[in-house]
Amino acid sequence: MDLVVILIPLLPLLGFVILGLGYRIIPKRITSIIGPGTILISFIFSLIIFFNFHHFTISPVHHFFSWINIAGFSVSFDFLIDPLSILMMLIVTGVGSIIHFYSISYMKGDEGYNRFFSYMNLFIFFMLLLVMGANYLILFIGWEGVGLCSYLLIGFWFKNQEFNDAAKKAFIMNRIGDLGFLLGMFLIFTTFNSLNYSEVFNQAKNLPVENSTLIAITLLLLIGACGKSAQIPLYTWLPDAMAGPTPVSALIHAATMVTAGVYMVARSNILYALAPATMAIMGIIGLLTALFAAIIAIFQNDIKKILAYSTISQLGYMFTGLSVGAFTGAIFHLTTHSFFKALLFLAAGSVIHALGGTQDIRNMGGLKKSLPKTYWSFLIGTLTIAGIPPLAGFFSKDEILAKAFESGNAIWFFLFIGTLMTAFYMLRLLFLTFNGEFRGTIDQKNHLHESPWVMILPLILLGLLSVFGGVINLPELVGGNTGLEKFLSPVFAASNAIMENKQPVTHATGWILMGITLLGVLVMGNLAFVRYIIRQKGLLPDDAKKPFLELLVSKKFYIDDLYDILFVKPVLWLSAFFHRILEVRLIDGIVNGFGDLVIRTGNTIRYLQTGNTGFYLFMMILGIILILLLNVAI
Amino acid sequence: MPALNTIPITDYLIFCSILFCIGVIGVLIKRNALVILMSIELMINSINLLLAAFSAYMYDPAGQIFVFFIMVVAAAEVAIGLAIVVLIYRTTHSIDINVLNKLKW
Repeated sequence: MDLVVILIPLLPLLGFVILGLGYRIIPKRITSIIGPGTILISFIFSLIIFFNFHHFTISPVHHFFSWINIAGFSVSFDFLIDPLSILMMLIVTGVGSIIHFYSISYMKGDEGYNRFFSYMNLFIFFMLLLVMGANYLILFIGWEGVGLCSYLLIGFWFKNQEFNDAAKKAFIMNRIGDLGFLLGMFLIFTTFNSLNYSEVFNQAKNLPVENSTLIAITLLLLIGACGKSAQIPLYTWLPDAMAGPTPVSALIHAATMVTAGVYMVARSNILYALAPATMAIMGIIGLLTALFAAIIAIFQNDIKKILAYSTISQLGYMFTGLSVGAFTGAIFHLTTHSFFKALLFLAAGSVIHALGGTQDIRNMGGLKKSLPKTYWSFLIGTLTIAGIPPLAGFFSKDEILAKAFESGNAIWFFLFIGTLMTAFYMLRLLFLTFNGEFRGTIDQKNHLHESPWVMILPLILLGLLSVFGGVINLPELVGGNTGLEKFLSPVFAASNAIMENKQPVTHATGWILMGITLLGVLVMGNLAFVRYIIRQKGLLPDDAKKPFLELLVSKKFYIDDLYDILFVKPVLWLSAFFHRILEVRLIDGIVNGFGDLVIRTGNTIRYLQTGNTGFYLFMMILGIILILLLNVAI
Repeated sequence: MPALNTIPITDYLIFCSILFCIGVIGVLIKRNALVILMSIELMINSINLLLAAFSAYMYDPAGQIFVFFIMVVAAAEVAIGLAIVVLIYRTTHSIDINVLNKLKW
């Protein structure tokens, strides 16, 4: 039993070791088996655990070895197999193996083929550590590890300096978040004297609500989550992270890694439930991010960047959901989001593949005819994220919206606005890419081709998941059995008991809310259709004159430039200053000073070497006498 | 050891010190390499004498064995020293040590 559990993360690690060590000699054919194969076997093991779930959760903590054992501090290498981690394992290995399979074809012509798969396997390993760990320290190893893999894969094409900069940006911004996470962990340890989930949560349950230490812990952990999950103010790395290969964007920067923050908050739900102040801040951050990223997405022109902003926005939804106590809703949305966003990214990859690397949607258009399968998958993804029933995104988003309505109409209203914008920018993307006339070069037009079946099959699988993924948690409203909620209830039971004092929405209100959302989405779709299909707007080049607001949004509110002025420039200035003063003057001064001293002294006293033997003899005897005198004196 | 009974050890000390100082002064003030070698010999012999005197005074033959060692070493040293002096004379046609001042800063 333990063997199955430990094999799940070990197999991808094995894949990494084999591919990493033998990346010069292993032929691509073998890599195509090892890379996706290890993940697929892990997925099968995860399924085994899922279907024998009662068997494994009799004692959910699976102990492997005692890792750190110093006076008063002990951490053991344990895995926690509970509903939440099983769900995350299924997502990571399931979506992971689909994307690995897709990469076989997408990365076929790349010289770094083996390197790519070894990094991807390493990523899956760390992500599994993150979700399976039974204490905060193992979560942290995974947390740092996925950050490293993200860095390696964003900068995968390291010959391009811009991509390297994007990788560094992602790494550094994550580091800011990680510092918060680390401090949070220290505080957890000093408060509860343990890092084990079970122990921490059990002790936390006895603390009063609004305990200031608890608020500090949750806030610090939230900073970590903001870094990893690209929330305001640490979100700017994610759009730049699109420099990596598209499967990376799909796997790491859409489906799994960026949801680590959501997972972590959901895992620590009891701490957050007891800290309403943090919940409020998290709600504000989530709401702001959801709206802000959605607004920016409206006027972007890079197909992958639009999807990146959309990811940020959807993550904002998840955090808002968490903050209003919709833990199941957030995890549900995380699940469906990993399906449809991976689908959208892979479809976008298929488009980029067909166009030979073009990512600007102004140079696309009319691809519906030449890429029909990609078009249909992209359409499904778009409709899912826009929230058209009965696709998966509708149910998951609706659950968050319903919970938000319970805790305050204002939150619901803002999320509703966000939903409208989501529908608008996604349909804009769809229309500009696939409808109208082709706007690329003639050369590209002649080479347009549908992707091979190795790339289409993952699209079909993810498309099916996006369409039918909602059934895992159908609300009672439409006669569902809320399967996911029941499945996850042991994890969230205590928090739900604390948070559950609001009036649940009545069936009538529920139907009305759904109706309003649906109506709004349809109106937005119509608006996008009129603007981008009938009136053919939105094709202006970057330097064209635009209305002030549009310019502001298309420049991403100048946030990147603001960060540049506020943080990057001062740090560079300070470094230059220290270089000039400390490095050149002080350190170099001391080091070179010793050399100078020796040369000067040598120059002065070398005239003692007169060459006169008599003088030498005299000096020798003088020396002997001095030594004798000194001996006497001492 | 009747001699020691008549001559006290302090006399030996004074005598050897004088002998040694003569040697040192000879090394310092003479320019002739042969004389310098002879002065060194004088210093060595003053030490030898002192060793022999202390050996008799302490009833310890080790000092006298040491003297023989020093004599052997001194003989070897003089042989090498004289060989060097011969070579110096062949190259410079002089045995004045002040001529040997080419090796300097």
